[in-house]
Amino acid sequence: MKRTKITGRIWVLTTPSGKLYDDIDTDMIFHNRYLAITDLDKMGQYSLDNLKGWEDFAKKAQPGDILLAGKNFGAGSSRQQAVDCFRALGVGAIVAESYGAIYKRNAINSGFPIVVLPNLTQIYGQYKNGDQVEIDLETGQLMLNVEQRFQAEPFSRVQMDIYQAGNLFAYGKTLGQD
Amino acid sequence: MGRTIIEKIMQAHSDDPAGASAPVKAGDIVWMRLDARTARDFGGANVVKNYRAHYGDAPVDDPNKTFFTFDLVTPANNIPYAVNQQICRDWAKAQGVKVFDVDMGIGSHVAMEYGLAWPGSTFVGTDSHLNILGAIGAFGQGMGDQDIAFAFKAGKTWFEVPYTIKVTIKGELKAPCTPKDLTLACLRRLGASGALGQAVEFYGPAIDALDLPGRITLASMMTEMGGIIGLIPPSEEVLAYCRGRTGRDTFTAIHADPDASYTEEIEIDISNLEPLIACPPKPDNVKTVREVAGTRVDSVFVGSCTNGRYEDFAAIAQVVKGQRIKPGVVASLVPATREVYARMLHEGLLETLFEAGFIVSNPGCGGCASGHIGMVGEGEVQISTSNRNFAGKQGPGDIYLASPVVAAWAALTGELTVPKGGIQ
Repeated sequence: MKRTKITGRIWVLTTPSGKLYDDIDTDMIFHNRYLAITDLDKMGQYSLDNLKGWEDFAKKAQPGDILLAGKNFGAGSSRQQAVDCFRALGVGAIVAESYGAIYKRNAINSGFPIVVLPNLTQIYGQYKNGDQVEIDLETGQLMLNVEQRFQAEPFSRVQMDIYQAGNLFAYGKTLGQD
Repeated sequence: MGRTIIEKIMQAHSDDPAGASAPVKAGDIVWMRLDARTARDFGGANVVKNYRAHYGDAPVDDPNKTFFTFDLVTPANNIPYAVNQQICRDWAKAQGVKVFDVDMGIGSHVAMEYGLAWPGSTFVGTDSHLNILGAIGAFGQGMGDQDIAFAFKAGKTWFEVPYTIKVTIKGELKAPCTPKDLTLACLRRLGASGALGQAVEFYGPAIDALDLPGRITLASMMTEMGGIIGLIPPSEEVLAYCRGRTGRDTFTAIHADPDASYTEEIEIDISNLEPLIACPPKPDNVKTVREVAGTRVDSVFVGSCTNGRYEDFAAIAQVVKGQRIKPGVVASLVPATREVYARMLHEGLLETLFEAGFIVSNPGCGGCASGHIGMVGEGEVQISTSNRNFAGKQGPGDIYLASPVVAAWAALTGELTVPKGGIQ
């Protein structure tokens, strides 16, 4: 069993005017000029380099960091690289108010923890870069700097099964689906 | 409880042993059989890589249901794409899988032309606009490379059955408005996340009256509304087209039950619709053309899976026939497929458009995915008939999204211009 509680320091993805970013699309996360890259090790350096104010994110990020974003994170294309670039950097999880549908699938299938925190848009002001959070993937409980508690959506059954198996391929084998 | 179109399609494709008896409803997770599994020229090489890593040389589930469609950079204009395309070709040959190569055009359109999708069928691939197949009442879905590698091997995948929004269009579509304006009206109403994670069913006389290219335009921009898919109940014309293309008549149009359950029922009145345009930097930043009329235009791109059909180019020819586009404006046309290109060639459209001053390219996606046509430089203003205008996507310039008719008028005048008269 993998750990279902993860901790890390957070980056609140805000716009240059300080609002929580909505609709961060896959071209902002991993621009189409890098699409020919298929090697995981080479992807991390380009993470968010087309998102205004976050061009140097890859240099600042440390393994285990957790990203906070607004609505419809990962809108746009089906590119797996937009998930894999974060895995390459060792990002621990993403917490957003909602996700693009394809992005959500890609993240779930690759066993990368993404968490839905409804109303994040209203409460993100309570978070600042560098705060520590602990997320319980099973219950959806999110603890900010040990003391403040927020309720995110727990993992769905399929999401937890795939996360525990490692990825979709491994999960498929457990079901005899391949 | 009645069922929606998507619930019925997923029920019919459920691979769950209990699925045949247990009704499938929104929110359920089903193992869904896939009638076609595809990859394109990006994503494709990663699909192959993932497949090899997890399955070695094992055969795909069914080579007759597995396809590559090369449409992004066609032919390859850079070495990484050339390398990736060849990885796919070599692997496809070894697996006995058909490749619709760089000459064929956009995969989602090839899927309809070659009968790889039909009303009620399921189709997945690495193109995020595969939900365009909602235009024929099929379930199409873009997925990531790992998802598709799994689908190649398993012939099925898990899917959370989406909830459905019912959108009813009131009023008729009247020239100079086109299906693109209807689509932008829906985008204006729903916004970038108005249909997030959900299916949409479209109804109303204006929907019934849409021809297939118009249905394609509407269905193609569900992705920009955050939707899983926009399903348009097939007309007799669409059914006849699909029967012809598949050579089969074993399918029927799938309709929702009258008491199907929707999360939301929305009416959009287009009685007084005027030509619309999505302004930079987001597809849902929709205004009337009137509001931004006079804006200088440097380049024009007509094509993409949204507006790359013969009828889209015919609409342009109707506007520009016998005239020259404005000197200094660079206007590029990219037919969606080889079949579209052939018809333009044989029916004289190519000549009309060439003489008017357009660049006409070989078929494919054009500029949409950093392809070979339609990039914009710093300060450049482009009007495009495609589906996305996100900042930086096609270069540092500004991109406006509108119909082929509005694009044609911009090409003639060098500025955003409200179309005149009853051009259809």
